This record gives sequence, C-alpha cells and structure tokens, in this order.
Amino acid sequence: MITVVDYEAGNLRSVQTALTHLGAEFRISSRPDDVLASDQVIFPGVGEAKHAMGILTRDGLDEALIAFAKSGKPLLGICLGCQILQDHSEERDTDLLGIIPGEVKLFPGDMGVKVPQIGWNTVIHDHSRLFEGIPQESSFYFVHSYYLSTQLPGGGDSPWVCGRAEYGMEFAAAVHKENVWATQFHPEKSGPKGLRLLENFIRRIG
Amino acid sequence: MFQKRIVVCLDVRDGKTTKGIKFKGNVDIGDPVQMAEEYYNQGVDELVFYDITASAEKRGIMIDVVRRVAEKIFIPFCVGGGIGSVEDMNAVIMAGAEKVSVNSAAVRNPSIITGGAERYGSQCIVLGMDAEADPSMPSGYGVVIDGGRVRTGRDMIEWAREAESRGAGEIVLNSIDADGTRDGYEITATRLVSEAVGIPVVASGGAGLPRHLAEVLTEGRADAALIASMVHYGDFTVADIKKELTSSGIPVRMD
Repeated sequence: MITVVDYEAGNLRSVQTALTHLGAEFRISSRPDDVLASDQVIFPGVGEAKHAMGILTRDGLDEALIAFAKSGKPLLGICLGCQILQDHSEERDTDLLGIIPGEVKLFPGDMGVKVPQIGWNTVIHDHSRLFEGIPQESSFYFVHSYYLSTQLPGGGDSPWVCGRAEYGMEFAAAVHKENVWATQFHPEKSGPKGLRLLENFIRRIG
Repeated sequence: MFQKRIVVCLDVRDGKTTKGIKFKGNVDIGDPVQMAEEYYNQGVDELVFYDITASAEKRGIMIDVVRRVAEKIFIPFCVGGGIGSVEDMNAVIMAGAEKVSVNSAAVRNPSIITGGAERYGSQCIVLGMDAEADPSMPSGYGVVIDGGRVRTGRDMIEWAREAESRGAGEIVLNSIDADGTRDGYEITATRLVSEAVGIPVVASGGAGLPRHLAEVLTEGRADAALIASMVHYGDFTVADIKKELTSSGIPVRMD
C-alpha cells in the first residue's frame, strides 16, 4: 500500500488523480501509523516551509517520516515535500527533517529571471531508476521560489543530486539518497514524462 | 532550459466550449473535456477554462467539468470567470484546478487576491486583467471590467503592481483592442506590464498566426502566450505552433 501524506500543505487532488490514472493502490492519510505501515510513501506539498514543519511536528508525522526513511522502504518527496527532506531552508530560517543532507535557498532576485519560477524547465538526469525511459532534457513543471542547492551545506558538490536544471543558476531538480527520492518539480503535472516518473517510482523502485 | 508556455483558453458556457469574438456572438463548438484531452495530446503546456455561464444556478456544471478535466489531463490548468469569493476559489481548487483567475471581482474587491494568496499560496492566484488603450492613463492603458463594458478609471500598470503586492502569482493581460482580431497581440501593453512586475505575464488577445506568439514572447517580454481561435477552428495545432517557435529560436517544451 502506498500512503500519500496529507499535512494540510496544498491540494493533493492532482497527485490523487495521477495515481488513480496509473492504477496504483493508495490511501491519503495524515496518521503516523499509516505512514509507518506503508510499502511506499509519497510526500507532496505546496506552501510555506515553517508552517508545514509546524503541522508535521504537531501530528507526529516528522518522526514517522524519519523512521520510514530509515526503514529502507521507498519514499518520494515532491516540491515542498522534496524541500522538507533537506536539512534547512532559508524560508523563515526553518530546520527541516534532515533525511537528505542539503540546503534550501531563495532564488536571488538579481539573476534576470522572475521569482517564483513558474513553468516548464528541462532536466539533465543521472540515468537513475526514477528517470528510466525518460530522455535527457525532458521538460517538467516547476512552481517554486526556493531551490535545492547543488552544494552541501558545509561546501563541496552534493553527491545526492540526480537531476539538474538551470534557472538563472544551476539548482537541484531531483535528489536521491538510498531509498529516498525527491523532485522539486511536479511529476503529477508534467504530462506523460511526469506520469512515467511516477510510474517508475511505483513499479520499479521498491 | 526554462521554456515559454503556450496556454490554450477554452470559454465554457453551461458546460460547453465557445469562443467569443470581441465577447459577442458566441457559438458552441464542443465538449471542454474532449477538447482539453486533444490539446493535452498536442503538447499544450497549460489550459485555462473561462466560465461564461450567465446564470448562477448553472455554475455547478463548471465544477463538474473541472473535476472531469482533472481526471484526464496531467498538466496545470486554471479556472476563471464568476469567481467572486475565496469560497468560489475553494470549489474549483478542490475539484482539481491548479490555479484560479480573478478579474472584475478583484477590481471591485482587491482583498479577494490577498485572501486567496493567504489561503492557497500566490502560485494559485492569477489576476486576469482586461486593458484597453486610453490616452488619459499614465501608462496609456486603462483597466476595463465586465467583459470590456465598464471602464474602471484605473491605470493598467498601477493595478498590475497592486495585484502583485497583494499576492497574485501571475497576470493574464488581455487586450480588449486586440481580442478576437487575430491580427496579433498588443505588444506594447504586454511589455509594459511584464517590465513593471516581477511575476510572470501571460499575453492574451489577438493571436492569429504563430509569428504573433513569437513577437509577444520576445518583443513583448511575455512569459507565456494564450491562444484560442487559432487552434479551436483547426487552422493550427499546438504542435505546429511550437515547431515554428522552436525554429525561431524560442525555447518551448517539445516532448
């Protein structure tokens, strides 16, 4: 059973319709027990990091997600969910779950691009299983003002980046550490390529 | 590479699509769900459904359309028309729309932008703005509402900036002068707004040929171009247009 984590961070309907379309068996839940008892977890979300962390902590979902990640079973973070798996965000100076080492920063306003990034951007991936069957430089749909750095918080290149994109500067479009995967873009809103990525997670990872 | 978006707009009345020429003489041309699937398969980047249903009793039909579209297409889509409150926004977002667009209601009550952005985030809230040339305005363009029938006395740039500061995540700028002409977008107005705000601007009104999109996406500095008639009547497909934009060196999604 797949659990889609509901923590009041945006509308889960698009993830729900995409999973239904793919014929996946899933439930939407905000219960830590459901997360822990799942075979796979999808952790989506849109919104503000500090508020989201507050809800996760209040509901005990922070510890459940950390424990689930440690269990070795597949976890997929999407957009805000992807960011929350990192160590820290500049968005209201928020400590995150620290499941994948990394820093979330605000896009600088002086790079000649509009912030937030809203739209389609091409991704260069590392041929990991999440991107199986997806050509290089395929386009995915992004909506975000904060981005995952390709550098580790202490300096040096992050070894966890599995997809890269450019928006005034290079940023991490997808990250992967062991059983944990995350995309800054919305696969559920990225047309056939996005559905393929979700299908890869559901059927090929685990 | 970040890409320019091609957005197809479907006007929906009583659950059927129409296309208004200068907002008059609408004729039914099809089922919005089927049309959405067709454009999805052609590679459109985003869709806008504009509800022009006149009677309040029939508004529920639109929610059903939104729900059915959300089950069939896996790209973002926006719903506008008749959104007068945060509760109206809630209904379309819960039915599966990614974004909601407010136009006349936001001019009358700008707090709807603020309220929507606080509840759903700026990325959900699109300001639809109808503008027409008006030499008495500082920018040379004034804001009109109610489908172009009512002049508000507000300047286009001033309203765009206010909407941005209130939390709008995007502006769809529709030129009343160009709308339905198929002679090309209002390049000057689009460029003025795009340079005045830090949020994406979608150009609307006047598209008839692929080169019109190329013009507004370069000279007009638009982030996206909205089209309707040129694809609804079968003169072009979204794929045709994207091919031509690519050959003009404009980055668009081709997969």
